[in-house]
Amino acid sequence: MTKTDCFHCGAECDSKPIYVDEKPFCCNGCKTVYEILNENDLSCYYDFEQAPGAIPQELKSKYAYLDNEKIVENLYDFIDDEVRVITFYIPHIHCSSCIWILENLDRLNNAIVSGIVNFPKKEIRITFNNAKISLRQVVELLSSIGYEPYISLEDTSITKPKIDRSLIYKLGVAGFAFGNIMLLSFPEYFQSSEFWLERYKPTFRILIFIMAIPVVFYSANTYFVSAYKGLKHKILNIDVPIALGISVLFMRSAVEIIFDLGQGYFDSLAGFVFFLLLGKIFQQQTYSFLSFERDYKSYFPIAVTKIAKDQSETNISIYDIKEGDRLLIRNGELIPVDGILINGIAQIDYSFVTGESLPVSKKSGDKLFAGGKQLSGAIEMEVLQTVSQSYLTQLWSNDIFTKKESKTIKTLTDSISKRFTIIVLLIAFLAGIYWYFENATMIANVVTAVLIVACPCALALSAPFALGNMLRIFGKQKFYLKNATVIENLSKINTIIFDKTGTITTNKTNISYEGTSLTNNEKKYIANVLRESNHPLSRMLYGYLEKPDKIEVTDFKETFGKGIYGRVDKFKIMMGSESYVKGSSSNNLQTSIFIKINEEIKGKYIFENTYRNEIASIFNELSTFYTLGVLSGDNEGEKEHLTKVLPKATTLIFNQKPEDKLEYVDKQQKKGETVLMIGDGLNDAGALAQSNVGIAVSENTNVFSPACDGIIDATNFAMLPKFIRLSKGTIKVVKISFVLSFLYNIIGMLFAVTGNLSPIVAAILMPISSITIVVFVTIATNFISNGK
Amino acid sequence: MNIVFLMIIVSFFVAIIFFILFLKSVKSGQYDDLYTPSVRMLFEDEVVEKQEEIKSETKINQPNK
Repeated sequence: MTKTDCFHCGAECDSKPIYVDEKPFCCNGCKTVYEILNENDLSCYYDFEQAPGAIPQELKSKYAYLDNEKIVENLYDFIDDEVRVITFYIPHIHCSSCIWILENLDRLNNAIVSGIVNFPKKEIRITFNNAKISLRQVVELLSSIGYEPYISLEDTSITKPKIDRSLIYKLGVAGFAFGNIMLLSFPEYFQSSEFWLERYKPTFRILIFIMAIPVVFYSANTYFVSAYKGLKHKILNIDVPIALGISVLFMRSAVEIIFDLGQGYFDSLAGFVFFLLLGKIFQQQTYSFLSFERDYKSYFPIAVTKIAKDQSETNISIYDIKEGDRLLIRNGELIPVDGILINGIAQIDYSFVTGESLPVSKKSGDKLFAGGKQLSGAIEMEVLQTVSQSYLTQLWSNDIFTKKESKTIKTLTDSISKRFTIIVLLIAFLAGIYWYFENATMIANVVTAVLIVACPCALALSAPFALGNMLRIFGKQKFYLKNATVIENLSKINTIIFDKTGTITTNKTNISYEGTSLTNNEKKYIANVLRESNHPLSRMLYGYLEKPDKIEVTDFKETFGKGIYGRVDKFKIMMGSESYVKGSSSNNLQTSIFIKINEEIKGKYIFENTYRNEIASIFNELSTFYTLGVLSGDNEGEKEHLTKVLPKATTLIFNQKPEDKLEYVDKQQKKGETVLMIGDGLNDAGALAQSNVGIAVSENTNVFSPACDGIIDATNFAMLPKFIRLSKGTIKVVKISFVLSFLYNIIGMLFAVTGNLSPIVAAILMPISSITIVVFVTIATNFISNGK
Repeated sequence: MNIVFLMIIVSFFVAIIFFILFLKSVKSGQYDDLYTPSVRMLFEDEVVEKQEEIKSETKINQPNK
């Protein structure tokens, strides 16, 4: 068997690929996309990248609800009579071919005016003519070429966050003023008394003064606001000395210029603000394709199909679901509310919720919980609870989700700046007293000079640059943090709690066989029968077995929720649940498929979650420094295995509901522990929010993860101990750089208290201290990340 | 020597013009997506080339249809 890769999606083809234009395709879907593109002269899609496509999913009436204007109203960015603008999130966007094809959509359908891709965000903004094409058709067109947009309940929330560009503006203003003020102050630095320079000095000074005004009142206003807020809460944060320094600088310089006493320190002032803002921008590393604020809304669909009493189907908004309604859930759709299964066979995949990758079978009359995804055909259910009342979504009514950032986090910089501010004020006071006796005219001069050099420029820059750089280093290793504060919090933790399913286990299922060993021929027959079935477990087992040559299966029968039966070459093959195959069932919690060939029960295939390979070593490494715990929503079936693998001191707790997890974290925190929670599914959302640092493990970072402080790519899970170590190292670097910047402040102070702080000294000292600090922390953080 | 005066005014205005251009470019969203334009820039030529080729091809094919 030679291996051929699909020309469109790059997946390995079956034994018999479909050939079109001598190009192999793995399935009809891929072939169709190729043909669509080819017909429309878009085949150079395949020139930019090899096999860039995705297999298009079958839709049928999945997007029927988009025809309902009321439901989709809020999705649009802009509506004019006929022209509509809408932004879609398309997870599949991943290469330059994607950008190309999506920006040439107008050639597939001329009702589409334009498409503009934002690659980092994986978004496309489509402008189309509503008179010629409906929204549903646009979505179906996208899906037909393998770019199915992801539309969730979150998209309908009316206020779309506006992009905040104020920081860039502020930086622009400060940079503009900084450069020009420096230029205009140059003549004064040399204190030459050349005639022309003397003559234009007043003009220069007025220009400088004018340019400094927007720097103080616009660029630096966040520092004043933050300092005011800090003082109101009686916290001396780092912005207090900054705001103090800026205002003293500004006032003294203004006085000097207005009364023609000197040139002032406007150059240092503008530079100072410019560097501070630069640090802020550097720290603001954003991963625009990730979201750290997701709740259940980003998983849930916008609308569902409701079945009226007369069996007619209508699409209703999720929020309009009432108790007692009958809903139709199609293949691949998410169950939005708790309910009872009425009709059809449910195979529910709860991996969003629990991280458990094996689907659960339900029969009519069973209770269904919100958050599961139906995998085998359409089902009908009756609603028991509305969306907000459902078992899963209730979690979000917990206080922890409404608090949101109101807890003021005291950072390292803030705690240092508290002492710093007090010391500075003390020095200014003492220097004032000294000069009062020595030379009273110098008081104002010296006191303001002290406050100017005390301006903690280098101090305020060390943390942003150190943390910002570490954030980038983490990002390169697929560990994405929400912001720089998380690094600091991560360095302080002393307890680590893991979720079990999906976090310390992988989402790959391990299949093993138990019983009389099967011959190759038998395996071939089994695989052929499995091929006929669409049941998730059958697909999984089929994927596990070697792909066989096709033999015809006769008498194929699938009993939903039980098993399958088929005849191949006179062999009667029966596969399925224990009760189906054996006629009786024992109380076994394992997921397995039993095999019976001609009346003889051969054995069973067992499906198990596998633990990540590195689990034992990670736990051992961490157990020396941290208290470890594992919380699981599952039963105690795995307890024995876990106690064997994990260090003895690890706490193991089973049967935890989402709320229990949250409470457990809370309980630990009340004991004084600082908790790092590592989870993955929506059921961990509460615990992740409650913990000091919540990190989500994600198999595919493009797609889903609950609200958290950081996302770690599952492939790099083993590096977790290293990441924690690096955060600690970063904090050490910050501390060292604090010492360095204090040295600069002391040097400046020497100039200041002796009354020798001339504008040129300030203008040299300030940038030098800032730049050396920035260089130091950048090199140091790079060094520790390479070293360990 | 009043030329210095003029030069200062000129240079100041040049600087202000660039500053305004910068503000405009931020406002138009140029700094929102720093990646896609770099890729998009490379497409244009290829599309045009292909289109021309296709056009000439379709011209030849048309009589057959």
